[in-house]
Amino acid sequence: MEIAFYIAALVAIVSTIMVITRLHAVHALLYLILSLLAVAIIFFVIGAPFIAALEVIIYAGAIMVLFVFVVMMLNLGKAAVEQENQWLSAKSWLGPGIVAVILIAELLYILLSLQSARPEGTIIGPKEVGTSLFRVYIIGVELSAMLLLAGIVGAYHLGKRKKQTLHRFMTGEVE
Amino acid sequence: MISIAVAHGLILAAILFVLGLIGLLVRRNIVFILMSIEIMFNAAGVAFVLGGSRWMQADGQVMFIFILAVAAAELSIGLALILQIYQRTKTLDTNALSKMRG
Repeated sequence: MEIAFYIAALVAIVSTIMVITRLHAVHALLYLILSLLAVAIIFFVIGAPFIAALEVIIYAGAIMVLFVFVVMMLNLGKAAVEQENQWLSAKSWLGPGIVAVILIAELLYILLSLQSARPEGTIIGPKEVGTSLFRVYIIGVELSAMLLLAGIVGAYHLGKRKKQTLHRFMTGEVE
Repeated sequence: MISIAVAHGLILAAILFVLGLIGLLVRRNIVFILMSIEIMFNAAGVAFVLGGSRWMQADGQVMFIFILAVAAAELSIGLALILQIYQRTKTLDTNALSKMRG
């Protein structure tokens, strides 16, 4: 089981690197889905099967499909790829990249210096999660329901195309 | 059953988060910026679930469900904004958007 964790972690890191370096948006999205699936395997290995299922169904399934639809609606052509290629020159990413590498090295040093092995693993199933969710964290459930409602209203409002009136008798959608 | 050092899982979460941050800083296409934000959300979720599994509590997984809800709401609004921006300016360049007189 340990080897599964490390392999999945490697896949997740490599595919995430591919996400942030691809030029074509659809390729990046496919790598992002791969990375999410690898993280789902990690969740399964560390004893959270319910969250692994949610990751696959909601994250890799629903949210990423929404992303793919929008990228397809935008219909970016070859010009966008060339523009991205132009932007991704070495001198634009070298500075932030080096600083981020220093940060991650520091973080790795701190985390490795505190060695605390996990006690014998137990699987926390959907039952415990549901009990905790709807008993202790019920206020959080209500708040996230309000957040989702606000999201629905906002997405509807923003996604609506504005109708332009050309003439009293000629109403038509722009584009 | 499984004895992965918690440090290794946290290192994974940190690496994923930093990769998302690099993407956010380096890319200028707004779609990629949104993708990087999703990567960072996911990395935070990994850390939460790992913490919950370390202390054998369900709280970490509950937090992941909340992160999922927040990510869904954020992404739907963000994608609607991207569509509006593309319809108005015909570009996804964030530099072009800085010319907006707010």
